[in-house]
Amino acid sequence: MDVQLLTFIIVGATFALYIAIAVWARAGSTNDFYVAGGGVPPVLNGMATAADWMSAASFISMAGLISFMGYDGAVYLMGWTGGYVLLALCLAPYLRKFGKFTVPDFIGDRYYSQTARTVAVFCAIFVCFTYVAGQMRGVGVVFSRFLEVDIVVGVVIGMVIVFFYTVLGGMKGITYTQVAQFCVMIFAYIVPAVFISIMVTGHILPQTGFGATLADGSGMHILQKLDNLSVELGFHEYTSGTKSTIDVFFITFALMVGTAGLPHVIVRFFTVPKVHDARKSAGYALAFIAILYTTAPSLAAFARVNMIETINGPELTGTSYEQAPSWIKNWEQTGLIEFNDKNGDGVMFYSGDERNEMKVDRDIMVLANPEIANLPAWVIALVAAGGVAAALSTSAGLLLVISTSVSHDLLKRNFAPNITDKSELFYARLAAGVAIVIAGYFGINPPGFVAQVVAFAFGLAASSFFPAIIMGIFSKRMNDKGAIAGMVAGIAFTAAYIIYFKFVNPAANVPENWWFGISPEGIGTLGMMVNFLVAFIVFKFTDEAPEEIQELVESIRYPKGAGEASAH
Amino acid sequence: MAFRNDDDKKAYWKENLSLLAKLLVVWFAVSFGAGILFVDVLNNIHFFGFKLGFWFAQQGSIYVFVALIFVYMSKMKAMDKRYGVNEE
Repeated sequence: MDVQLLTFIIVGATFALYIAIAVWARAGSTNDFYVAGGGVPPVLNGMATAADWMSAASFISMAGLISFMGYDGAVYLMGWTGGYVLLALCLAPYLRKFGKFTVPDFIGDRYYSQTARTVAVFCAIFVCFTYVAGQMRGVGVVFSRFLEVDIVVGVVIGMVIVFFYTVLGGMKGITYTQVAQFCVMIFAYIVPAVFISIMVTGHILPQTGFGATLADGSGMHILQKLDNLSVELGFHEYTSGTKSTIDVFFITFALMVGTAGLPHVIVRFFTVPKVHDARKSAGYALAFIAILYTTAPSLAAFARVNMIETINGPELTGTSYEQAPSWIKNWEQTGLIEFNDKNGDGVMFYSGDERNEMKVDRDIMVLANPEIANLPAWVIALVAAGGVAAALSTSAGLLLVISTSVSHDLLKRNFAPNITDKSELFYARLAAGVAIVIAGYFGINPPGFVAQVVAFAFGLAASSFFPAIIMGIFSKRMNDKGAIAGMVAGIAFTAAYIIYFKFVNPAANVPENWWFGISPEGIGTLGMMVNFLVAFIVFKFTDEAPEEIQELVESIRYPKGAGEASAH
Repeated sequence: MAFRNDDDKKAYWKENLSLLAKLLVVWFAVSFGAGILFVDVLNNIHFFGFKLGFWFAQQGSIYVFVALIFVYMSKMKAMDKRYGVNEE
C-alpha cells in the first residue's frame, strides 16, 4: 500500500475515534462543560494534561530545535517540564481546594475585585489566542504534506473536528478525547525514535542510546561524534551552547514559571475529584510528558548525525544531487529543504560556514525523520496522525479556556449574574464556536508574528498570573491593590521589553543591547520579580485583606472538605 | 474547622512549607545548578557516555522533577492523615 493511502486510513481512523468519544461524553451541565463534572480519574487526567500541554510545537518542532541548538535546547527541555514541579507543589492542590472553574475566578474572588478578575480574563484570552493560531497552522502543515490536500482544506477539516467535540462535549468531551490523542501522539513519537536508536546505536531505548557508542563499530560515542562533526563543519560544539549562562538561566526560569501560570494547564486540575488527586495527576502528567521530553533530545542527536551523513556522505565530501534520496526531493516541494549549488559541481554540502549549500528547516527533523531513516510506510503515516493529534488536543484545551472566560468570567460573573445554567451553557458553546472560527482564520492567514508572540504568552503568564496566584495562596494578608498593581506593573514591563525588541526595533535585538544580557524570551523572569516587588510595596502602604478573605486563604491550605468545583 | 486545634493548623502549614522548601532546593539544584550554573565543571565528569552537566540539562533534571512530585504527593498524603485533614 502506498504512503498516502495508509496515511488517509490511519488519520481517518483516529478521527473516527475522537468523534465516537465526543458523542459518548456529551456535556449536560456547565459543570460538565467547564470541569468535566469534576470526576476525572487522576491517571486519565494526567494523560489529558500531557496531551493538552504538548502542542504541535512540542511534537513537530522541539526535537528539530534542539538538534540545531545543541546544549542550548535544554532551555525548552527543563523549562517546559520544571514548571510542573511548581504546579504540583505550589498551585494545583490549593486551587483545587478553592474549587472554582477558572483562573480569573480565583484571582477575582481571592482579591475581592472585579478589576482583578477583568485583568485576568483579558490576559487569559490573549494568551490562549496567541497559542491556538499556531496550532491550527500546525494541522494545516501536516495535512498539506502528508495528505497533499490544500492547506485551507486541512485547516477546515481540523476546525470541524475540534468544533464537534469541543462544542458538544466541553471539558468532558475534550478530556476523554485527549486521553486517546495522548496515546496516538506518544506512540507516533516513540516508534520512529526506537527504530532510529537501534539503527544508530543498537540500543532499544533512545534515552540510553543517546549516551552510547555508534553501531558502526568505530567505538565512538554518539555525542563525541556529533561534537567532532559540528566543529569540523563550522558549527559550535554540540554539547556546549552559544547563549550566555545568564540568558539560559532566565529563559529557563521564565518558561518554568510561565508553564505554571498558563490558564489552560491550571484549569486541568479543577477536573479531578480530590485535592490529593490534583497532586497525583500533576505527577502523572509530568511522567507522561517526560516520555516525550527525554526522547526528544536523543532523537535530535540521532537525526542530526543521520542528516549530516546523508547529505555530506561518510567522508564528508558531499554527495551527488542527482542520486539524492527521495526525501530530499519530497521535502524540497514544501520549501522545508533547499539546495543551492553555489560552486556548480552538482554535489550537496551542508555546513555552518561559507561552504554551505543547503537550507534545512528544523521541522524536518521529526517530520522527515522516518523517511531519512528509511522506515516503513506505516511509520510515516503514524507520524502524520501524531502531529494532528498534538495540534488538535492543544487547540481544544485552549478554545475551552477562551469560551469559559467569555461565558463564565465575563457574562456570568460580570454582565448577567442571574443567567440560568442552561443559557450559560448555550453561551459557552456559542463562544467556543466563534473562537474556533477566529482561530481557523488565523490558521489559514497566519499573521507573521506568531513565532514572535510565543515569548509573549510565557512572559505574560510568568509576570502576571504566577505571582498573583502564589501570593494569593502563600500570603494571607496580600490585598487587592497590591495584587492588581503587581500584575499591571509585571505585564507592562514585560510587554514593553518584548514589543520593543520584537516589533519596534528588531534590529537592536542583540545581546549587547539587552538588559543584563537577558533576551526577550527570558524577560518574563524579571517581570515576575517586578510584579512581586511592586505588589509588596503597594501592600505595605494599604490595608491588608479583610478577615473573611484571610479565612478563605486558610481554608484552601488543607485538603479536607474539598467538594466538587462549583460556581458558588 | 477541620483541625483539632489552632496549634495543629499552624504546625501543619509549617511542616508543609518546610517540605516545599526542601523539595524546591533539589528542584533548583538539579536544573539551574547542575544543568546551567555548574554545567562546565560537571562536563569534565563522564557518565555513561555523557558529559555529566549536559546529561543533567537534557535528561537528568527531568527524571528528578518527576520523582519530586511523587515524593511530595506521598509525604503530603501521610501528613494529611496524621493531622486528620485528609479527604474521605
